[in-house]
Amino acid sequence: MGWMSPLIAVAATLAVGFALFSGLGKNPFEAFHVFFVKPVETMYGFGELLLKATPLTLCAVGLAAGYRANVWNIGAEGQLTLGAICGGGVALAFHDAGGAWVLPLMIVAGALGGMAWAAIPAWLRTRFNANEILTSLMLVYVAALLLSLLVHGAWRDPEGFNFPQSKMFNDFALLPNILDETRLNVGLLLALATVAAGWLFMSKSLAGFQMRVAGLAPAAANYAGISSSRTVWAGMLIGGATAGLAGVCEVAGPIGQLLPSVSPGYGFAAIIVAFVGRLHPVGILLASLLMSLLYLGGESAQMTLALPSAVTGLFQGTLLFFLLAADVLINYRVRIVRRVVAAPIEPAAA
Amino acid sequence: MEHFATLVALTLAAGTPLVFAALGELVVEKSGVLNLGVEGMMLAGAVVSFMVAAKTGHPWLGVLAGMSAAALLSIAFAVLALSLMANQVATGLALSLFGVGLSAFIGLPFVSIVIEGIKPLDIAGLSDIPILGKLLFAHSPFVYLSLLLFAAVHGFLYFTRGGLIVRAVGESPSSAHAIGYRVVGIRYLAVIFGGACAGLGGAYMAVAYTPLWTEGMTAGRGWIALALVVFATWKPWRVVAGAYLFGGVTLAQFQAQALGTTLPSQVLSMLPYLATIVVLALISRDAAAIRMNAPASLGKPYHPGS
Repeated sequence: MGWMSPLIAVAATLAVGFALFSGLGKNPFEAFHVFFVKPVETMYGFGELLLKATPLTLCAVGLAAGYRANVWNIGAEGQLTLGAICGGGVALAFHDAGGAWVLPLMIVAGALGGMAWAAIPAWLRTRFNANEILTSLMLVYVAALLLSLLVHGAWRDPEGFNFPQSKMFNDFALLPNILDETRLNVGLLLALATVAAGWLFMSKSLAGFQMRVAGLAPAAANYAGISSSRTVWAGMLIGGATAGLAGVCEVAGPIGQLLPSVSPGYGFAAIIVAFVGRLHPVGILLASLLMSLLYLGGESAQMTLALPSAVTGLFQGTLLFFLLAADVLINYRVRIVRRVVAAPIEPAAA
Repeated sequence: MEHFATLVALTLAAGTPLVFAALGELVVEKSGVLNLGVEGMMLAGAVVSFMVAAKTGHPWLGVLAGMSAAALLSIAFAVLALSLMANQVATGLALSLFGVGLSAFIGLPFVSIVIEGIKPLDIAGLSDIPILGKLLFAHSPFVYLSLLLFAAVHGFLYFTRGGLIVRAVGESPSSAHAIGYRVVGIRYLAVIFGGACAGLGGAYMAVAYTPLWTEGMTAGRGWIALALVVFATWKPWRVVAGAYLFGGVTLAQFQAQALGTTLPSQVLSMLPYLATIVVLALISRDAAAIRMNAPASLGKPYHPGS
């Protein structure tokens, strides 16, 4: 039954969207068409759908591995940024003297960069017992400032008219296109491979099993000798690696250079994707397509309906809310009982 | 000396949004609930207060509206996390993401609008006393309000029956239930109070501190407030001290720029976030102290009769 709650949540979110569009004085049917159909009517649009789903899938698969083990990495956005910085740094370092080997090196550097950024909360958690939710989130802001520092300073394109951006990467530092008439690139294959690897790891490997045990029953995991600090490290590093990959895929893909901002919040949206996908790699793949469509729909609504594209963020949050509510209604039976109170009720205060 | 007085005033002004948000979250956590949605509620409070202030021309009306909006969001959290017993971490995250999206969406038409914000006090005679006037009588009304809130929260938690009940509910909900208290109802009130406080913090930023609205203007202060509660080991006076410490760190970047440092502005802007991480690690290192001070049922759902 667990697979039903995402469907219920999507339906409820659509209902809210219907009401919202009506309330804003738009014809809701037309708005739905603009939001959910128009962006993918063309081949190009279809490519964009998969292109935007790529970083979402990558981040969410890695996050899900951690979430299953109760490791709450919510800093994927920062790890993505570090992936972009490290991958982009390699591209810029070998800008004039590179070859086909640069791209693989960028991918490795990006993954390592993401892992390094995720290692900080992991270390603080295992060594100092510091809450990884707060530390990983703080590092998102630090990463964004670090990127801003680089593109405003050392890595700024000297011929870029003083704009805060790096040189455009050389051709050999860009992910090859895989579908004509679109911007779709090899990054998608990387994401699909990650989905497969994520499934194998979570469902078929001992380490994945241990992480799930650690998440579902910490006491049992402890008793069985599963190291909790290893679980934290694994959960954080996997999430960091995939988020770092997502960062490389963005800068070596559709962006092609380093900019002050390399992601419209993919790392945060991936949290929702991970939950909507039931923390399962295949579910995540489907959920990231939906989330990607929300991004495209937001842009389309901005152009056609003069609605702010921020409506995307609104839908994302609503979706997660409904999902959590639907989960409860599916996992529990609702029973109306008379209040169980033992003594006269005190005037509650707060 | 005059410079020192200015510095104190600026530190208080910068720390005040954190005082509001963190004191609210403190009460929430004392009742055993972990609401990670502070950032979202602050943004909702900021945007709604700004919108109402811009439309009506009454900033204080805006503040009330912002508090109500944030409280409303906190009710959504409470329904999910307390009544439906959803995972509190996930629900709080959802609330933050929702608040960020919602505020960006509804605030868009107000981005470049200028309003007449709430000015710092200017009491004829008193505020003009050299140094002392600046130190005591020339702050934003919100600064005094936040200190009042501190006194109220401290007094409530430790010197009233109601505070004892809230703490009991947070330490041992089943015992509190057994002696006749409505655990979920009390937690609802705590969560709503926390929401209103977060909204007040956001409203202060939007209608007094800056005063303007930009997307994501709280810049992680909601999360810093959450860290502050841990840093304070759930003690109100340490929350306030910590908030001003962070206010001072935020200020350090402007001070350093004024003194002509060669450090890039981005490095200075990182300071509050890095300070949060370092402080959190230092405080959390003593696991026993955290265990002793944290409300025992923090983050655990409670269902009467289970």
